[in-house]
Amino acid sequence: MSDIPIGINFHSSFFELFGIPLHYNVERSAIHGRYLELQRIVHPDRFAGLGERGQRLAVQYAAFVNEAFDTLCSPLKRALYLLEISGHPVDIEKNTVMDTAFLMEQMSLREDLAEVRGCSDPEAAIEAVRERAEALMGSLKEEFVSYWQQGESGFAKAADCARKMHFADRLLTEAEQLEEDIFDN
Amino acid sequence: MSYSKKVIDHYENPRNVGRMDDDDPSVGTGMVGAPACGDVMRLQIKVDNAGVIEDAKFKTYGCGSAIASSSLATEWMKGRTLDEAAEIRNTQIVEELALPPVKIHCSVLAEDAIKAAIDDYRRKQNDSAA
Repeated sequence: MSDIPIGINFHSSFFELFGIPLHYNVERSAIHGRYLELQRIVHPDRFAGLGERGQRLAVQYAAFVNEAFDTLCSPLKRALYLLEISGHPVDIEKNTVMDTAFLMEQMSLREDLAEVRGCSDPEAAIEAVRERAEALMGSLKEEFVSYWQQGESGFAKAADCARKMHFADRLLTEAEQLEEDIFDN
Repeated sequence: MSYSKKVIDHYENPRNVGRMDDDDPSVGTGMVGAPACGDVMRLQIKVDNAGVIEDAKFKTYGCGSAIASSSLATEWMKGRTLDEAAEIRNTQIVEELALPPVKIHCSVLAEDAIKAAIDDYRRKQNDSAA
């Protein structure tokens, strides 16, 4: 989309944009500095002399930079993105029938979360669910990396890990929302 | 996006919420999850000796459309034979609940849960016959 020379190739991958190797493990703290730098580069002020079209481009660049940062920081989005750019996009609309033991565990975690309000110590109850969700996310991340590193033969299993990450991600979001609901009111 | 009246009705007054004893040989359990949104659904059926579904229960953690889809599925399954219940299609659920395109995956989840529950029941029957 760019014909304004600003030293950034907006057709590059998010990994290239942030100057990091194409690998699943990314630390937020390690890319935050580059994020601030990119934000300065695409700041609308720098496009002020370029009229309406320049402003429009600035908005697009900023959206690209934000999406890249957001994707690289999220364990789930990063996994999906890595699979996508390697030509193995995960079709998350399908594949509803999954590993039953995994789903049973998800069901029981969601039940625990739903019962938090009735607990004598809701804070500890939420924390217990969160710890399990984080442990799950942690092991899925490790599993993802090991399958990912196998290359072609591991992509299908890596995609399975990414699908499962969605459930862990959802649990963490719900735990957070519940905590806000309970303690902010 | 606004929910249809039927979705709201099922969401506010879900039919057949609950669980059955998974160890009961006349009970089939279907567990499905939607990787697109992290929704989880458990649908269970109790089948009599004539192969008719005498009761159905569900528990769904998900959005209003997913809850309504599974609630409707349990209503439709009761009184049907396994073969009849296996013919329930997600498109029928979409039509009945007037689900918008972005919520079609909720009805797919319900159809897959129906199939999974029937498969589980049949597997149990085969195992005990063997």
